[in-house]
Amino acid sequence: MDRGVSRRGLLLGGAAAGAGAVGGALAHRWATDAPAAPQAAALPLNGERTVPFHGPRQAGVETPPQAHAAFTAFDLGRDVDAEGVRRLMRLLSDDAARLTRGEPALADTEPELATVPARLTVTFGFGPGLVERVDPGAVPDWLRPLPEFDHDDLDPRWGQADLLVQVCADDPVTVAHTVRMLGKDARAFTEPRWTQTGFRRAHGSEADGTTMRNLMGQVDGTANPRPGTADFDHLVWRETGPAWLAGGTGLVLRRIETHLDTWDELDRPAREAVIGRRLADGAPLTGGDEHAEVDLAATDATGLTVIADFAHVRRSRTDDPEQRIFRRGYNYDLRDHGTPEAGLLFASYQADPVRQFTPIQRRLDELDLLNEWVTAVGSAVFAVPPGCTEDGYVGDSLLEP
Amino acid sequence: MHHTRTARALPIAAAFVLALTACGTGASADAPRDAAAESAPPSPAAEQAEAFSITDPWVKAVTAEEGMSAVFGEMANGSDAEIVIVAAEHPAAEMVELHEVVTEGTDSTMREIDGGFPVEPRGTRTLAPGGDHIMLMGLTEDLEAGMEATVTVEFADGSTTEFTAPVKEYAGANEEYEGDGHGQHEDDGDH
Repeated sequence: MDRGVSRRGLLLGGAAAGAGAVGGALAHRWATDAPAAPQAAALPLNGERTVPFHGPRQAGVETPPQAHAAFTAFDLGRDVDAEGVRRLMRLLSDDAARLTRGEPALADTEPELATVPARLTVTFGFGPGLVERVDPGAVPDWLRPLPEFDHDDLDPRWGQADLLVQVCADDPVTVAHTVRMLGKDARAFTEPRWTQTGFRRAHGSEADGTTMRNLMGQVDGTANPRPGTADFDHLVWRETGPAWLAGGTGLVLRRIETHLDTWDELDRPAREAVIGRRLADGAPLTGGDEHAEVDLAATDATGLTVIADFAHVRRSRTDDPEQRIFRRGYNYDLRDHGTPEAGLLFASYQADPVRQFTPIQRRLDELDLLNEWVTAVGSAVFAVPPGCTEDGYVGDSLLEP
Repeated sequence: MHHTRTARALPIAAAFVLALTACGTGASADAPRDAAAESAPPSPAAEQAEAFSITDPWVKAVTAEEGMSAVFGEMANGSDAEIVIVAAEHPAAEMVELHEVVTEGTDSTMREIDGGFPVEPRGTRTLAPGGDHIMLMGLTEDLEAGMEATVTVEFADGSTTEFTAPVKEYAGANEEYEGDGHGQHEDDGDH
Protein backbone atom coordinates (compact mmCIF):
# COMPACT_ATOMS: atom_id res chain seq x y z
CA MET A 1 0.00 0.00 0.00
CA ASP A 2 2.76 2.43 0.96
CA ARG A 3 4.34 2.09 -2.43
CA GLY A 4 1.08 2.81 -4.24
CA VAL A 5 0.39 5.88 -2.19
CA SER A 6 3.85 7.33 -2.59
CA ARG A 7 3.83 6.73 -6.33
CA ARG A 8 0.53 8.47 -6.66
CA GLY A 9 1.84 11.29 -4.49
CA LEU A 10 4.79 11.71 -6.81
CA LEU A 11 2.61 11.94 -9.89
CA LEU A 12 0.21 14.38 -8.31
CA GLY A 13 3.09 16.50 -7.04
CA GLY A 14 4.67 16.51 -10.46
CA ALA A 15 1.50 17.57 -12.18
CA ALA A 16 0.92 20.36 -9.70
CA ALA A 17 4.44 21.70 -9.91
CA GLY A 18 4.53 21.73 -13.67
CA ALA A 19 6.88 20.10 -16.14
CA GLY A 20 9.95 22.08 -15.20
CA ALA A 21 9.91 20.88 -11.62
CA VAL A 22 9.46 17.17 -12.31
CA GLY A 23 12.51 14.98 -11.99
CA GLY A 24 13.12 11.60 -13.51
CA ALA A 25 11.67 9.79 -16.48
CA LEU A 26 8.46 11.74 -16.78
CA ALA A 27 10.18 15.09 -17.26
CA HIS A 28 12.69 13.53 -19.60
CA ARG A 29 9.94 12.23 -21.83
CA TRP A 30 8.15 15.53 -21.88
CA ALA A 31 11.31 17.34 -22.83
CA THR A 32 12.17 15.02 -25.72
CA ASP A 33 8.61 14.79 -26.99
CA ALA A 34 7.84 18.48 -26.87
CA PRO A 35 9.63 19.72 -30.02
CA ALA A 36 8.62 16.76 -32.15
CA ALA A 37 4.99 16.71 -31.08
CA PRO A 38 3.81 20.24 -30.35
CA GLN A 39 0.19 19.05 -30.33
CA ALA A 40 0.79 16.32 -27.76
CA ALA A 41 -1.60 18.10 -25.42
CA ALA A 42 -4.41 17.69 -27.96
CA LEU A 43 -4.32 13.87 -28.18
CA PRO A 44 -7.57 12.65 -29.70
CA LEU A 45 -9.98 11.26 -27.14
CA ASN A 46 -10.46 7.51 -27.26
CA GLY A 47 -14.19 8.22 -27.07
CA GLU A 48 -14.03 9.73 -30.56
CA ARG A 49 -12.55 6.62 -32.18
CA THR A 50 -14.82 4.68 -34.50
CA VAL A 51 -14.79 1.22 -36.06
CA PRO A 52 -16.58 0.97 -39.45
CA PHE A 53 -19.85 -0.95 -39.31
CA HIS A 54 -20.11 -1.61 -43.04
CA GLY A 55 -17.81 -4.02 -44.84
CA PRO A 56 -17.56 -7.60 -46.10
CA ARG A 57 -17.26 -8.94 -42.54
CA GLN A 58 -19.00 -7.78 -39.41
CA ALA A 59 -16.90 -5.81 -36.96
CA GLY A 60 -16.50 -7.03 -33.40
CA VAL A 61 -14.69 -10.27 -34.19
CA GLU A 62 -11.29 -9.22 -35.49
CA THR A 63 -11.61 -5.83 -33.80
CA PRO A 64 -9.11 -5.59 -30.93
CA PRO A 65 -11.34 -6.30 -27.93
CA GLN A 66 -12.92 -3.26 -26.38
CA ALA A 67 -13.08 -2.89 -22.61
CA HIS A 68 -16.82 -3.53 -22.22
CA ALA A 69 -19.29 -5.92 -23.80
CA ALA A 70 -22.96 -6.78 -23.64
CA PHE A 71 -24.31 -9.90 -25.32
CA THR A 72 -28.05 -9.48 -25.55
CA ALA A 73 -30.36 -12.16 -26.93
CA PHE A 74 -33.91 -12.14 -28.23
CA ASP A 75 -36.53 -14.64 -29.36
CA LEU A 76 -38.72 -13.79 -32.32
CA GLY A 77 -42.42 -13.23 -31.71
CA ARG A 78 -44.61 -16.09 -32.90
CA ASP A 79 -46.13 -14.10 -35.76
CA VAL A 80 -42.89 -12.71 -37.13
CA ASP A 81 -42.25 -14.07 -40.63
CA ALA A 82 -39.35 -13.58 -43.04
CA GLU A 83 -40.65 -10.14 -43.95
CA GLY A 84 -40.72 -9.26 -40.25
CA VAL A 85 -37.13 -10.44 -39.82
CA ARG A 86 -36.15 -8.32 -42.81
CA ARG A 87 -37.76 -5.22 -41.29
CA LEU A 88 -36.16 -5.97 -37.92
CA MET A 89 -32.66 -6.38 -39.34
CA ARG A 90 -33.03 -3.23 -41.46
CA LEU A 91 -33.93 -1.21 -38.37
CA LEU A 92 -31.19 -2.71 -36.20
CA SER A 93 -28.53 -2.36 -38.91
CA ASP A 94 -29.47 1.29 -39.41
CA ASP A 95 -29.24 1.91 -35.67
CA ALA A 96 -25.85 0.18 -35.54
CA ALA A 97 -24.49 2.08 -38.55
CA ARG A 98 -25.40 5.43 -37.03
CA LEU A 99 -24.35 4.69 -33.46
CA THR A 100 -20.97 3.25 -34.49
CA ARG A 101 -20.30 6.53 -36.33
CA GLY A 102 -21.00 8.42 -33.12
CA GLU A 103 -24.34 9.69 -34.40
CA PRO A 104 -27.73 9.26 -32.73
CA ALA A 105 -29.98 6.52 -34.03
CA LEU A 106 -33.12 7.59 -35.82
CA ALA A 107 -35.68 8.61 -33.16
CA ASP A 108 -32.98 8.35 -30.48
CA THR A 109 -34.43 9.72 -27.27
CA GLU A 110 -30.96 10.32 -25.77
CA PRO A 111 -29.00 11.63 -28.76
CA GLU A 112 -26.28 13.13 -26.55
CA LEU A 113 -25.31 9.66 -25.30
CA ALA A 114 -24.52 8.63 -28.88
CA THR A 115 -21.69 11.12 -29.37
CA VAL A 116 -18.99 9.00 -27.70
CA PRO A 117 -18.59 5.89 -29.90
CA ALA A 118 -15.38 4.72 -28.13
CA ARG A 119 -14.73 2.06 -30.80
CA LEU A 120 -18.32 0.81 -30.62
CA THR A 121 -19.07 -2.34 -32.60
CA VAL A 122 -22.42 -4.07 -33.00
CA THR A 123 -22.28 -7.68 -34.20
CA PHE A 124 -25.37 -9.73 -35.03
CA GLY A 125 -25.70 -13.49 -34.67
CA PHE A 126 -28.60 -15.68 -35.82
CA GLY A 127 -29.81 -18.67 -33.85
CA PRO A 128 -31.34 -21.67 -35.62
CA GLY A 129 -34.84 -20.37 -34.85
CA LEU A 130 -34.33 -17.20 -36.84
CA VAL A 131 -32.80 -18.94 -39.85
CA GLU A 132 -35.61 -21.54 -39.86
CA ARG A 133 -38.18 -18.77 -39.84
CA VAL A 134 -36.67 -17.36 -43.02
CA ASP A 135 -35.64 -20.56 -44.81
CA PRO A 136 -35.55 -23.96 -43.07
CA GLY A 137 -33.17 -25.22 -45.75
CA ALA A 138 -30.61 -22.55 -44.95
CA VAL A 139 -29.68 -23.72 -41.44
CA PRO A 140 -26.08 -24.97 -41.44
CA ASP A 141 -25.67 -28.36 -39.78
CA TRP A 142 -23.47 -26.93 -37.02
CA LEU A 143 -26.04 -24.33 -35.99
CA ARG A 144 -27.57 -26.27 -33.13
CA PRO A 145 -27.01 -26.57 -29.39
CA LEU A 146 -23.69 -28.14 -28.43
CA PRO A 147 -23.83 -31.64 -26.94
CA GLU A 148 -24.28 -31.39 -23.18
CA PHE A 149 -21.00 -32.10 -21.44
CA ASP A 150 -20.82 -33.95 -18.11
CA HIS A 151 -19.43 -31.00 -16.23
CA ASP A 152 -22.00 -28.56 -17.60
CA ASP A 153 -24.76 -27.33 -15.34
CA LEU A 154 -26.71 -25.42 -17.94
CA ASP A 155 -29.44 -23.01 -16.94
CA PRO A 156 -31.96 -22.41 -19.75
CA ARG A 157 -31.99 -18.82 -18.54
CA TRP A 158 -28.72 -18.38 -20.51
CA GLY A 159 -29.65 -20.75 -23.31
CA GLN A 160 -30.12 -20.74 -27.06
CA ALA A 161 -32.02 -17.78 -28.51
CA ASP A 162 -33.07 -16.63 -31.99
CA LEU A 163 -31.04 -13.43 -32.27
CA LEU A 164 -27.88 -12.24 -30.59
CA VAL A 165 -26.70 -8.63 -30.53
CA GLN A 166 -23.11 -8.29 -29.35
CA VAL A 167 -22.28 -4.72 -28.34
CA CYS A 168 -18.68 -3.80 -27.50
CA ALA A 169 -17.10 -0.43 -26.72
CA ASP A 170 -14.42 1.07 -24.53
CA ASP A 171 -17.11 3.01 -22.64
CA PRO A 172 -19.86 1.36 -20.57
CA VAL A 173 -22.27 4.26 -21.08
CA THR A 174 -21.96 3.80 -24.84
CA VAL A 175 -22.69 0.09 -24.43
CA ALA A 176 -25.73 0.80 -22.25
CA HIS A 177 -27.18 3.35 -24.65
CA THR A 178 -26.62 1.11 -27.67
CA VAL A 179 -28.20 -1.93 -26.01
CA ARG A 180 -31.21 0.14 -25.02
CA MET A 181 -31.64 1.75 -28.43
CA LEU A 182 -31.46 -1.56 -30.31
CA GLY A 183 -33.68 -3.18 -27.71
CA LYS A 184 -36.36 -0.59 -28.36
CA ASP A 185 -36.27 -1.27 -32.09
CA ALA A 186 -36.34 -5.03 -31.50
CA ARG A 187 -39.37 -4.79 -29.21
CA ALA A 188 -42.05 -4.93 -31.91
CA PHE A 189 -40.61 -8.23 -33.21
CA THR A 190 -39.06 -10.02 -30.26
CA GLU A 191 -39.10 -10.94 -26.60
CA PRO A 192 -35.87 -10.28 -24.72
CA ARG A 193 -34.22 -13.52 -23.50
CA TRP A 194 -31.06 -12.51 -21.65
CA THR A 195 -28.29 -9.97 -21.48
CA GLN A 196 -24.79 -10.89 -20.34
CA THR A 197 -22.37 -8.06 -19.67
CA GLY A 198 -18.63 -8.30 -19.23
CA PHE A 199 -15.44 -6.33 -19.00
CA ARG A 200 -11.71 -6.43 -19.54
CA ARG A 201 -9.04 -4.02 -18.40
CA ALA A 202 -10.04 -0.39 -19.00
CA HIS A 203 -8.84 1.22 -22.19
CA GLY A 204 -5.32 2.54 -21.80
CA SER A 205 -4.48 0.51 -18.71
CA GLU A 206 -2.34 -1.98 -20.61
CA ALA A 207 -0.45 -2.00 -23.89
CA ASP A 208 -2.63 -2.95 -26.88
CA GLY A 209 -2.37 -6.64 -27.67
CA THR A 210 -1.80 -7.74 -24.08
CA THR A 211 -3.51 -11.10 -23.53
CA MET A 212 -6.35 -10.64 -21.06
CA ARG A 213 -6.41 -12.08 -17.57
CA ASN A 214 -9.52 -13.69 -16.20
CA LEU A 215 -10.66 -13.18 -12.63
CA MET A 216 -8.83 -16.36 -11.54
CA GLY A 217 -5.69 -14.41 -12.36
CA GLN A 218 -4.71 -16.49 -15.38
CA VAL A 219 -3.44 -15.14 -18.66
CA ASP A 220 -6.35 -16.26 -20.83
CA GLY A 221 -6.25 -16.65 -24.62
CA THR A 222 -2.55 -17.06 -25.42
CA ALA A 223 -3.14 -19.71 -28.09
CA ASN A 224 -5.41 -17.47 -30.18
CA PRO A 225 -4.74 -17.26 -33.92
CA ARG A 226 -3.65 -13.75 -34.84
CA PRO A 227 -6.24 -11.58 -36.67
CA GLY A 228 -5.12 -10.56 -40.13
CA THR A 229 -3.26 -13.81 -40.83
CA ALA A 230 -4.25 -16.49 -43.34
CA ASP A 231 -4.38 -18.93 -40.40
CA PHE A 232 -6.98 -16.75 -38.67
CA ASP A 233 -9.04 -16.29 -41.83
CA HIS A 234 -9.10 -20.03 -42.43
CA LEU A 235 -10.09 -20.90 -38.86
CA VAL A 236 -12.65 -18.14 -38.32
CA TRP A 237 -14.27 -17.00 -41.56
CA ARG A 238 -16.52 -19.33 -43.48
CA GLU A 239 -15.29 -20.45 -46.88
CA THR A 240 -17.85 -23.20 -47.57
CA GLY A 241 -21.38 -24.13 -46.55
CA PRO A 242 -24.53 -22.13 -47.10
CA ALA A 243 -23.84 -19.27 -49.51
CA TRP A 244 -25.52 -16.74 -47.25
CA LEU A 245 -22.84 -17.32 -44.59
CA ALA A 246 -19.79 -16.81 -46.83
CA GLY A 247 -17.64 -14.30 -44.98
CA GLY A 248 -19.45 -15.03 -41.74
CA THR A 249 -18.48 -17.16 -38.78
CA GLY A 250 -19.89 -19.21 -35.91
CA LEU A 251 -20.09 -17.92 -32.36
CA VAL A 252 -20.14 -20.10 -29.27
CA LEU A 253 -21.09 -18.13 -26.18
CA ARG A 254 -20.74 -19.99 -22.89
CA ARG A 255 -21.22 -18.55 -19.45
CA ILE A 256 -18.46 -20.10 -17.34
CA GLU A 257 -18.98 -19.63 -13.63
CA THR A 258 -15.74 -19.65 -11.66
CA HIS A 259 -15.68 -20.77 -8.06
CA LEU A 260 -13.26 -18.17 -6.76
CA ASP A 261 -13.69 -19.03 -3.08
CA THR A 262 -12.42 -22.61 -3.49
CA TRP A 263 -9.84 -21.45 -6.04
CA ASP A 264 -8.49 -19.31 -3.19
CA GLU A 265 -7.55 -22.52 -1.35
CA LEU A 266 -4.90 -23.32 -3.97
CA ASP A 267 -1.37 -22.01 -3.58
CA ARG A 268 0.47 -20.67 -6.58
CA PRO A 269 2.34 -23.88 -7.52
CA ALA A 270 -0.94 -25.79 -7.49
CA ARG A 271 -2.66 -23.10 -9.56
CA GLU A 272 0.14 -23.22 -12.12
CA ALA A 273 0.03 -27.02 -12.26
CA VAL A 274 -3.72 -26.95 -12.94
CA ILE A 275 -3.18 -24.86 -16.07
CA GLY A 276 0.39 -25.80 -17.03
CA ARG A 277 1.41 -22.17 -17.33
CA ARG A 278 3.12 -19.66 -15.07
CA LEU A 279 0.82 -17.15 -13.43
CA ALA A 280 3.36 -14.36 -13.72
CA ASP A 281 3.42 -14.19 -17.50
CA GLY A 282 1.41 -17.08 -18.92
CA ALA A 283 4.54 -18.88 -20.16
CA PRO A 284 4.44 -22.69 -20.29
CA LEU A 285 5.87 -24.42 -17.22
CA THR A 286 8.38 -25.93 -19.64
CA GLY A 287 9.96 -22.53 -20.20
CA GLY A 288 10.18 -19.64 -22.63
CA ASP A 289 7.90 -16.65 -22.87
CA GLU A 290 4.09 -16.50 -23.06
CA HIS A 291 4.00 -17.56 -26.69
CA ALA A 292 6.60 -20.30 -26.44
CA GLU A 293 5.53 -23.79 -27.51
CA VAL A 294 4.38 -26.02 -24.69
CA ASP A 295 6.70 -29.05 -24.37
CA LEU A 296 4.28 -31.78 -23.39
CA ALA A 297 7.05 -34.43 -23.29
CA ALA A 298 9.43 -32.58 -20.97
CA THR A 299 10.04 -34.36 -17.66
CA ASP A 300 11.35 -33.13 -14.33
CA ALA A 301 14.03 -34.66 -12.08
CA THR A 302 11.57 -37.26 -10.78
CA GLY A 303 10.75 -38.41 -14.29
CA LEU A 304 7.21 -37.05 -14.29
CA THR A 305 6.07 -34.79 -17.13
CA VAL A 306 6.33 -31.12 -16.23
CA ILE A 307 2.89 -30.56 -17.71
CA ALA A 308 0.64 -32.94 -15.76
CA ASP A 309 -1.84 -35.28 -17.42
CA PHE A 310 -4.70 -33.28 -15.96
CA ALA A 311 -3.35 -29.85 -16.92
CA HIS A 312 -5.67 -27.59 -18.89
CA VAL A 313 -3.05 -26.74 -21.47
CA ARG A 314 -2.40 -30.43 -22.22
CA ARG A 315 -6.07 -31.34 -22.43
CA SER A 316 -7.00 -28.41 -24.69
CA ARG A 317 -4.13 -29.13 -27.10
CA THR A 318 -4.37 -31.32 -30.19
CA ASP A 319 -2.24 -32.32 -33.14
CA ASP A 320 -5.14 -31.49 -35.47
CA PRO A 321 -4.54 -27.89 -36.57
CA GLU A 322 -8.21 -27.62 -37.59
CA GLN A 323 -9.31 -27.99 -33.98
CA ARG A 324 -8.54 -24.44 -33.05
CA ILE A 325 -10.77 -21.47 -32.21
CA PHE A 326 -10.52 -17.70 -31.72
CA ARG A 327 -11.47 -16.55 -28.23
CA ARG A 328 -12.65 -13.05 -27.37
CA GLY A 329 -13.98 -13.40 -23.86
CA TYR A 330 -15.05 -10.99 -21.14
CA ASN A 331 -15.06 -11.27 -17.36
CA TYR A 332 -18.17 -10.83 -15.29
CA ASP A 333 -18.48 -10.11 -11.59
CA LEU A 334 -21.96 -9.52 -10.22
CA ARG A 335 -22.40 -8.55 -6.61
CA ASP A 336 -25.47 -6.34 -6.60
CA HIS A 337 -27.98 -9.12 -5.97
CA GLY A 338 -27.06 -11.35 -3.06
CA THR A 339 -24.56 -14.14 -3.74
CA PRO A 340 -21.56 -12.95 -5.71
CA GLU A 341 -21.42 -14.46 -9.18
CA ALA A 342 -18.17 -14.28 -11.11
CA GLY A 343 -16.84 -15.87 -14.22
CA LEU A 344 -16.04 -15.62 -17.87
CA LEU A 345 -18.24 -14.91 -20.86
CA PHE A 346 -16.44 -17.38 -23.07
CA ALA A 347 -17.00 -16.13 -26.61
CA SER A 348 -15.27 -18.13 -29.29
CA TYR A 349 -15.46 -17.65 -33.04
CA GLN A 350 -14.81 -20.44 -35.51
CA ALA A 351 -16.01 -21.33 -38.98
CA ASP A 352 -17.51 -24.61 -37.72
CA PRO A 353 -18.19 -24.99 -33.97
CA VAL A 354 -18.96 -28.72 -34.26
CA ARG A 355 -15.70 -29.49 -36.03
CA GLN A 356 -13.48 -27.02 -34.14
CA PHE A 357 -14.92 -26.27 -30.71
CA THR A 358 -16.71 -29.48 -29.69
CA PRO A 359 -13.65 -31.80 -29.83
CA ILE A 360 -11.67 -29.44 -27.59
CA GLN A 361 -14.49 -29.17 -25.09
CA ARG A 362 -14.97 -32.94 -25.14
CA ARG A 363 -11.34 -33.47 -24.11
CA LEU A 364 -11.63 -30.86 -21.36
CA ASP A 365 -14.83 -32.45 -20.16
CA GLU A 366 -13.20 -35.90 -19.92
CA LEU A 367 -10.24 -34.72 -17.91
CA ASP A 368 -9.17 -31.23 -16.93
CA LEU A 369 -8.45 -30.44 -13.32
CA LEU A 370 -9.67 -26.90 -13.96
CA ASN A 371 -13.20 -28.37 -14.04
CA GLU A 372 -13.05 -28.38 -10.24
CA TRP A 373 -13.29 -24.60 -10.25
CA VAL A 374 -15.24 -23.74 -13.37
CA THR A 375 -18.75 -24.73 -14.51
CA ALA A 376 -20.54 -23.84 -17.73
CA VAL A 377 -23.97 -22.53 -16.74
CA GLY A 378 -24.99 -21.11 -20.11
CA SER A 379 -24.42 -22.13 -23.72
CA ALA A 380 -25.64 -20.87 -27.07
CA VAL A 381 -24.48 -21.02 -30.69
CA PHE A 382 -25.07 -18.38 -33.34
CA ALA A 383 -24.31 -17.96 -37.02
CA VAL A 384 -22.67 -14.59 -37.53
CA PRO A 385 -23.63 -13.47 -41.05
CA PRO A 386 -21.22 -11.53 -43.25
CA GLY A 387 -21.20 -7.74 -43.04
CA CYS A 388 -23.27 -5.47 -45.26
CA THR A 389 -22.84 -2.51 -47.58
CA GLU A 390 -24.16 0.95 -46.79
CA ASP A 391 -27.30 0.20 -48.79
CA GLY A 392 -27.79 -3.23 -47.24
CA TYR A 393 -28.34 -4.68 -43.80
CA VAL A 394 -26.89 -7.57 -41.84
CA GLY A 395 -28.72 -10.70 -42.92
CA ASP A 396 -29.56 -9.50 -46.42
CA SER A 397 -27.61 -12.43 -47.86
CA LEU A 398 -30.10 -14.76 -46.12
CA LEU A 399 -33.24 -12.69 -46.60
CA GLU A 400 -32.64 -11.54 -50.16
CA PRO A 401 -30.44 -14.27 -51.67
CA MET B 1 -30.27 2.43 -45.40
CA HIS B 2 -30.37 6.02 -46.55
CA HIS B 3 -33.22 8.19 -45.48
CA THR B 4 -31.96 11.39 -46.94
CA ARG B 5 -34.17 12.10 -49.88
CA THR B 6 -33.92 14.96 -52.25
CA ALA B 7 -37.20 16.25 -53.49
CA ARG B 8 -38.59 15.18 -56.77
CA ALA B 9 -41.53 16.74 -58.46
CA LEU B 10 -44.58 14.53 -58.17
CA PRO B 11 -47.72 16.22 -59.34
CA ILE B 12 -50.78 15.03 -57.46
CA ALA B 13 -52.80 15.36 -60.68
CA ALA B 14 -50.33 13.20 -62.55
CA ALA B 15 -52.74 12.41 -65.36
CA PHE B 16 -53.35 16.09 -65.97
CA VAL B 17 -49.64 16.82 -66.19
CA LEU B 18 -49.01 13.87 -68.49
CA ALA B 19 -51.65 15.20 -70.82
CA LEU B 20 -49.88 18.55 -71.02
CA THR B 21 -46.31 17.33 -71.46
CA ALA B 22 -45.03 15.55 -74.51
CA CYS B 23 -42.20 13.76 -72.78
CA GLY B 24 -42.84 11.22 -70.05
CA THR B 25 -42.23 12.31 -66.47
CA GLY B 26 -41.12 8.88 -65.30
CA ALA B 27 -37.40 9.27 -65.93
CA SER B 28 -36.98 12.82 -64.72
CA ALA B 29 -39.10 12.20 -61.65
CA ASP B 30 -36.55 9.71 -60.39
CA ALA B 31 -33.50 11.77 -61.26
CA PRO B 32 -31.66 13.64 -58.51
CA ARG B 33 -32.82 17.16 -57.99
CA ASP B 34 -29.72 18.84 -59.46
CA ALA B 35 -29.77 16.74 -62.58
CA ALA B 36 -33.43 17.44 -63.10
CA ALA B 37 -32.84 21.14 -62.70
CA GLU B 38 -30.08 21.09 -65.30
CA SER B 39 -31.99 19.16 -67.90
CA ALA B 40 -35.13 21.22 -67.62
CA PRO B 41 -35.53 24.59 -65.96
CA PRO B 42 -38.08 24.19 -63.18
CA SER B 43 -41.48 25.40 -64.07
CA PRO B 44 -42.86 27.96 -61.64
CA ALA B 45 -45.25 25.35 -60.29
CA ALA B 46 -42.41 22.95 -59.34
CA GLU B 47 -40.07 25.50 -57.85
CA GLN B 48 -40.71 25.11 -54.12
CA ALA B 49 -40.89 21.32 -54.28
CA GLU B 50 -37.53 21.14 -56.00
CA ALA B 51 -35.89 23.23 -53.29
CA PHE B 52 -37.15 20.88 -50.58
CA SER B 53 -35.29 18.02 -48.99
CA ILE B 54 -35.69 16.12 -45.73
CA THR B 55 -33.00 14.36 -43.70
CA ASP B 56 -33.67 11.43 -41.38
CA PRO B 57 -37.44 11.35 -41.74
CA TRP B 58 -39.33 8.80 -39.65
CA VAL B 59 -42.88 7.98 -38.65
CA LYS B 60 -44.14 6.72 -35.32
CA ALA B 61 -45.45 3.13 -35.39
CA VAL B 62 -49.16 2.86 -34.47
CA THR B 63 -52.05 0.51 -35.08
CA ALA B 64 -55.04 1.51 -37.19
CA GLU B 65 -57.04 1.33 -33.98
CA GLU B 66 -54.85 3.97 -32.41
CA GLY B 67 -55.58 5.93 -35.55
CA MET B 68 -53.05 8.75 -35.31
CA SER B 69 -49.35 9.11 -35.96
CA ALA B 70 -46.87 11.78 -36.96
CA VAL B 71 -43.99 12.36 -39.35
CA PHE B 72 -40.67 13.82 -38.19
CA GLY B 73 -37.35 14.80 -39.75
CA GLU B 74 -35.23 17.79 -40.65
CA MET B 75 -36.58 19.72 -43.62
CA ALA B 76 -34.25 21.89 -45.67
CA ASN B 77 -34.68 24.58 -48.29
CA GLY B 78 -31.93 24.51 -50.91
CA SER B 79 -33.06 27.69 -52.69
CA ASP B 80 -32.67 31.41 -52.13
CA ALA B 81 -36.38 31.94 -51.73
CA GLU B 82 -38.63 30.93 -48.85
CA ILE B 83 -40.64 27.76 -49.35
CA VAL B 84 -43.81 26.96 -47.41
CA ILE B 85 -45.21 23.47 -46.84
CA VAL B 86 -48.96 23.91 -46.73
CA ALA B 87 -50.30 20.35 -46.82
CA ALA B 88 -49.33 16.68 -46.76
CA GLU B 89 -50.76 13.29 -47.65
CA HIS B 90 -50.24 9.67 -46.68
CA PRO B 91 -52.03 6.84 -48.49
CA ALA B 92 -53.41 5.33 -45.27
CA ALA B 93 -54.42 8.58 -43.56
CA GLU B 94 -57.89 10.00 -44.11
CA MET B 95 -56.72 13.37 -42.89
CA VAL B 96 -53.28 14.96 -42.58
CA GLU B 97 -52.57 18.25 -40.81
CA LEU B 98 -49.49 20.37 -40.14
CA HIS B 99 -49.19 20.78 -36.39
CA GLU B 100 -47.30 22.86 -33.89
CA VAL B 101 -47.06 22.12 -30.16
CA VAL B 102 -47.85 24.76 -27.60
CA THR B 103 -46.50 24.09 -24.14
CA GLU B 104 -47.99 25.60 -21.01
CA GLY B 105 -46.24 24.36 -17.90
CA THR B 106 -45.96 20.60 -18.27
CA ASP B 107 -48.95 20.35 -20.60
CA SER B 108 -48.24 20.20 -24.28
CA THR B 109 -51.07 20.78 -26.68
CA MET B 110 -50.82 20.39 -30.39
CA ARG B 111 -52.86 22.32 -32.88
CA GLU B 112 -52.93 23.03 -36.57
CA ILE B 113 -50.39 25.69 -37.46
CA ASP B 114 -51.53 28.87 -39.23
CA GLY B 115 -49.81 29.44 -42.54
CA GLY B 116 -48.08 26.06 -42.85
CA PHE B 117 -44.35 25.35 -42.30
CA PRO B 118 -42.23 28.11 -43.87
CA VAL B 119 -38.57 27.16 -44.38
CA GLU B 120 -36.21 30.10 -44.74
CA PRO B 121 -33.96 30.46 -47.80
CA ARG B 122 -31.06 27.98 -47.39
CA GLY B 123 -32.49 27.18 -43.98
CA THR B 124 -33.81 24.15 -42.16
CA ARG B 125 -36.84 23.42 -40.04
CA THR B 126 -37.05 20.44 -37.72
CA LEU B 127 -40.09 18.27 -37.28
CA ALA B 128 -39.68 16.56 -33.88
CA PRO B 129 -41.73 15.05 -31.07
CA GLY B 130 -42.76 17.90 -28.80
CA GLY B 131 -42.55 20.36 -31.71
CA ASP B 132 -43.72 20.80 -35.28
CA HIS B 133 -44.87 17.63 -37.00
CA ILE B 134 -46.96 16.31 -39.84
CA MET B 135 -49.98 14.73 -38.19
CA LEU B 136 -51.54 11.62 -39.72
CA MET B 137 -55.16 11.02 -38.67
CA GLY B 138 -57.84 8.48 -39.44
CA LEU B 139 -55.33 5.78 -40.27
CA THR B 140 -56.95 2.92 -42.14
CA GLU B 141 -54.08 0.46 -41.62
CA ASP B 142 -51.34 -0.28 -39.10
CA LEU B 143 -48.04 1.54 -39.46
CA GLU B 144 -45.72 -1.27 -38.42
CA ALA B 145 -42.13 -0.85 -37.26
CA GLY B 146 -39.65 -1.24 -40.08
CA MET B 147 -42.16 -0.43 -42.86
CA GLU B 148 -41.47 2.41 -45.24
CA ALA B 149 -44.11 5.17 -45.28
CA THR B 150 -44.51 7.39 -48.31
CA VAL B 151 -45.43 10.97 -47.51
CA THR B 152 -46.39 13.61 -50.08
CA VAL B 153 -45.98 17.26 -49.19
CA GLU B 154 -47.53 20.21 -51.00
CA PHE B 155 -46.12 23.72 -51.14
CA ALA B 156 -47.62 27.20 -51.27
CA ASP B 157 -47.09 27.39 -55.03
CA GLY B 158 -49.01 24.16 -55.55
CA SER B 159 -45.95 22.02 -56.28
CA THR B 160 -45.60 18.67 -54.53
CA THR B 161 -42.94 16.11 -53.73
CA GLU B 162 -42.78 12.83 -51.86
CA PHE B 163 -40.34 11.08 -49.59
CA THR B 164 -40.20 7.74 -47.83
CA ALA B 165 -39.64 7.41 -44.09
CA PRO B 166 -39.10 4.31 -41.97
CA VAL B 167 -41.66 3.56 -39.30
CA LYS B 168 -40.17 3.32 -35.80
CA GLU B 169 -41.46 2.41 -32.37
CA TYR B 170 -41.54 5.49 -30.18
CA ALA B 171 -43.02 5.91 -26.73
CA GLY B 172 -43.33 9.69 -26.83
CA ALA B 173 -45.17 12.07 -29.16
CA ASN B 174 -48.36 11.83 -27.11
CA GLU B 175 -49.36 15.48 -26.89
CA GLU B 176 -53.02 16.34 -26.31
CA TYR B 177 -54.83 17.29 -29.47
CA GLU B 178 -56.67 20.58 -29.11
CA GLY B 179 -60.27 20.83 -30.15
CA ASP B 180 -60.84 17.19 -31.00
CA GLY B 181 -62.50 14.32 -29.21
CA HIS B 182 -59.66 11.92 -29.96
CA GLY B 183 -57.74 12.67 -26.78
CA GLN B 184 -54.19 11.35 -26.75
CA HIS B 185 -52.54 9.67 -29.68
CA GLU B 186 -52.38 6.50 -27.71
CA ASP B 187 -54.91 4.54 -25.69
CA ASP B 188 -57.78 6.21 -27.48
CA GLY B 189 -59.66 3.01 -28.04
CA ASP B 190 -62.97 4.80 -27.43
CA HIS B 191 -63.42 5.91 -31.01
